[in-house]
Amino acid sequence: MAAPITLSCENQTAPLTEKSLDKNDINSWLQVLEDGRIRIYTGKLELGQGISTAVKQVAAEELDTSLDMIEVNMAETGVTPDEGFTAGSMSIESSAMSIRQAAASAREAILKLAAQKWRIPVSELFLKDGRVRGKDKEATLYELLKGRQIEGSLDSSVELKGKTVRKYVGQPLPRKDIEAMVRGEAVFVQDLRFPRMVHARVVHPPGYASRIVSMDEDAIQKLPGLLKIVRKGNFVGVIAEKEYGAIQLKRKVDSFIQWDTSPGLPDQSALKSHLKALPADVEVHEDRGNAEKVLKESTTQLTASFFKPYLMHAANGPSCAVAFFDNERLKVWSHCQGAYPLRRTLAKLMEMPEDSVNVKAVPGSGCFGHNGANDVAAEAALLAREFPGRHIRLQWMRDDENGWEPFGTAMMVDLRASLDDKGKIAAWNCDVWSDGHSNRPNENPNTLLPAHFLERDYGHPGIGYRGGAWRNAAPYYTIPNLKVRSHMFQGPLRVSSLRSLGTYTNILAVESLMDELAEQAQKDPIQFRIEHLRDARAIECIQKLQKHIADVTLGQNEGLGVAFSRYKNETVYCAMAAKVYVDRGTGKVRVKKLWAVVEAGETINPDGLKNQTEGGMIQSASWALMEEVKFDRKHITSLDWGSYPMLRFPDTPEVEVEVIDRPDQPPVGAGEASMAPTTAAIVNAIYRSTGVRVRTLPVNRELLRA
Amino acid sequence: MNNTLSLHVNGKDYEIDIDPDTPLLYVLRNELGLNGAKFGCGLQQCGACTVLLDGESRLSCQLPVREAVKFKIRTIEGLVRDDGSLHPVQAAFVKEQAAQCGYCLNGMVMASVALLEGNNNPSDDEIRKKLAINICRCGAHSRIIKAVKTAAQEL
Ligand code: FES
Ligand code: FES
Repeated sequence: MAAPITLSCENQTAPLTEKSLDKNDINSWLQVLEDGRIRIYTGKLELGQGISTAVKQVAAEELDTSLDMIEVNMAETGVTPDEGFTAGSMSIESSAMSIRQAAASAREAILKLAAQKWRIPVSELFLKDGRVRGKDKEATLYELLKGRQIEGSLDSSVELKGKTVRKYVGQPLPRKDIEAMVRGEAVFVQDLRFPRMVHARVVHPPGYASRIVSMDEDAIQKLPGLLKIVRKGNFVGVIAEKEYGAIQLKRKVDSFIQWDTSPGLPDQSALKSHLKALPADVEVHEDRGNAEKVLKESTTQLTASFFKPYLMHAANGPSCAVAFFDNERLKVWSHCQGAYPLRRTLAKLMEMPEDSVNVKAVPGSGCFGHNGANDVAAEAALLAREFPGRHIRLQWMRDDENGWEPFGTAMMVDLRASLDDKGKIAAWNCDVWSDGHSNRPNENPNTLLPAHFLERDYGHPGIGYRGGAWRNAAPYYTIPNLKVRSHMFQGPLRVSSLRSLGTYTNILAVESLMDELAEQAQKDPIQFRIEHLRDARAIECIQKLQKHIADVTLGQNEGLGVAFSRYKNETVYCAMAAKVYVDRGTGKVRVKKLWAVVEAGETINPDGLKNQTEGGMIQSASWALMEEVKFDRKHITSLDWGSYPMLRFPDTPEVEVEVIDRPDQPPVGAGEASMAPTTAAIVNAIYRSTGVRVRTLPVNRELLRA
Repeated sequence: MNNTLSLHVNGKDYEIDIDPDTPLLYVLRNELGLNGAKFGCGLQQCGACTVLLDGESRLSCQLPVREAVKFKIRTIEGLVRDDGSLHPVQAAFVKEQAAQCGYCLNGMVMASVALLEGNNNPSDDEIRKKLAINICRCGAHSRIIKAVKTAAQEL
């Protein structure tokens, strides 16, 4: 009965001809449509971070065109430029800036064209709402171009109106997609529907190391409603006409499989010692002065060890993909963060030529890093090949998502620091233990979950990107003697990028110890931080925060804590304060309010920046107080929201965010900046309230009971 | 195993040939093409699938459709007025930009509608309590509370 539904975000028009994919060409980022509107191409995907609004704003500014006349085509192989992944808060820095340059270059190219044609100097022409106007001449861009596209390259010498005029840029313009969402329109990959589409589910193993011992194929073939059962090694999927049919079949098929459930995981109660005992690859990242010697000679040395558990991305909507295979061609709709990298890796997994694979990115539920998106897409693709000619929709169930997504790795940080006789930091030594922080699709199929279930052995993806582990491990503060080392291990659980990577744990450690050192130096924690900063922007950020909390009053068992970080030590500044209440009877912590001041250089959309910062603050409070991936010797046991609890409405803090806008600076993406300082401010506040230093997450209530 | 059932959704009657054990969520999404309600957990733990049954907010992910036939079902699509304009709760969520990814929005909006229909001036605590089942991974909570308050003023 259901009519085919197309996404409200999906463009109906076919890609225009003459479309370039070269990032230096204007034409690869921007095209003029017949109806006078302008279409922007970005290799990034809307993840709820508001990137589509931000890119519209930068383009609108340069073209002096209302936002309604601009549409955005998100990442799609063969259509948008290859911009790698939508990750690391880089969408504004990279994509939006290329689009800004392309739009400004386009404006100049069009004005020049009109000037030649009408024999009027460029200075007497201007562009407004999709039309070029002169004294008594006027034409739409489309007419002027005679249906052709703007030729030429990005020109970095043209004026950027976003830096001077700022009619659209820097304004808190509302996102348009929220209206589509409250109307219940099809916005997400989960909402895609195609004529004759069928539904699939995958029967995942009951444990990390489980293999199929036997499977009763005859019994399975007789199951009513089964369109197809697919088995490839330990990978099993079912296809049915109806979604609920597929869900029931998943359960029934599982009952006909005998799995070998040999233990593959270590004892979680001894996880810290297990991880520290793993073979580690050690590297020194900072070695300034002689930290070891100064620490040895100090009589005031402070030491502290921190632990952060495995954390889940835990998207609200389980991962989902639609795949269609026919005539040796594969098309996949996915909420992946990188359409091109997924295409390259899928092609290898499927042993197909890359240009026979097309990946279109479609928004999904907020992912906060590399979650199951690519995995479900690969599974849908494997199933589609066995059932050609019809669209296959596969959505993971909650336990598929929680059990198999790549987690944010557990980490440990050991710190030692000492003061000089003037109460300034003399030496600081940091050792970080971590698994990798990125195993995104990298052309090796082993970065896709189903590769682990297939007969062929693709091997372990390894540690992956190391840089994430020691991100922000070196304090942003002035320290004469400093040593930072990372110890990389290959841990027991599947891991990849989770919002803010290693920064989260490193800043928890740095900012906790800064508070302890301030106390030892008998200084106010804010003053102590300022005395160790040389960067005026950082100091301004902290001083602004100071104003927000100047008049805060504290009741019994309440505490106020602060923290600061500059993300990656080179992008966003974020100063944070937390007010907590600790129930000394139960040990329960209630974060009552969080205040943040953020500075991300030039602000494209202050409300978007605030929204992301607030969201990060609440998510971080949830990580700190509640979250930990639990497992037994066989499998993950945090398979639902009861066993992986997160902060809910009754306990969410009030949040207040101030944005400092610096149009003279380059913009930097801010989506991850509030994660680390929030947790650090919370544990510092807990200390103020209780005198207890929390160094292991999530906060252990037992420690806080008086 | 299919039966023909008749469902009353957003003021219209539908005859559907379906396995009567199918949870209402899948019927709304796949048979009627109503995409608003979302699958979040299928376990009655997250609120993504919330709909109104006779005006009360209920989770649809485990409710067999044969039990849903007794009710007047309202989904987020059915809040939109005949002239296409938004219900005050929908409008308030847009005004307050109360979302990031928006996957939870259906549940937030539907539970808020149910709350405000019984109490047009809820306190902060009443709003938090009503939305306690609704998970938002993106942390849009403070904006959502604000949106409910804005909606209360408009109603
Ligand atoms: S999907 Fe129904 S409560 Fe989660
Ligand atoms: S806005 Fe993403 S889950 Fe709420």
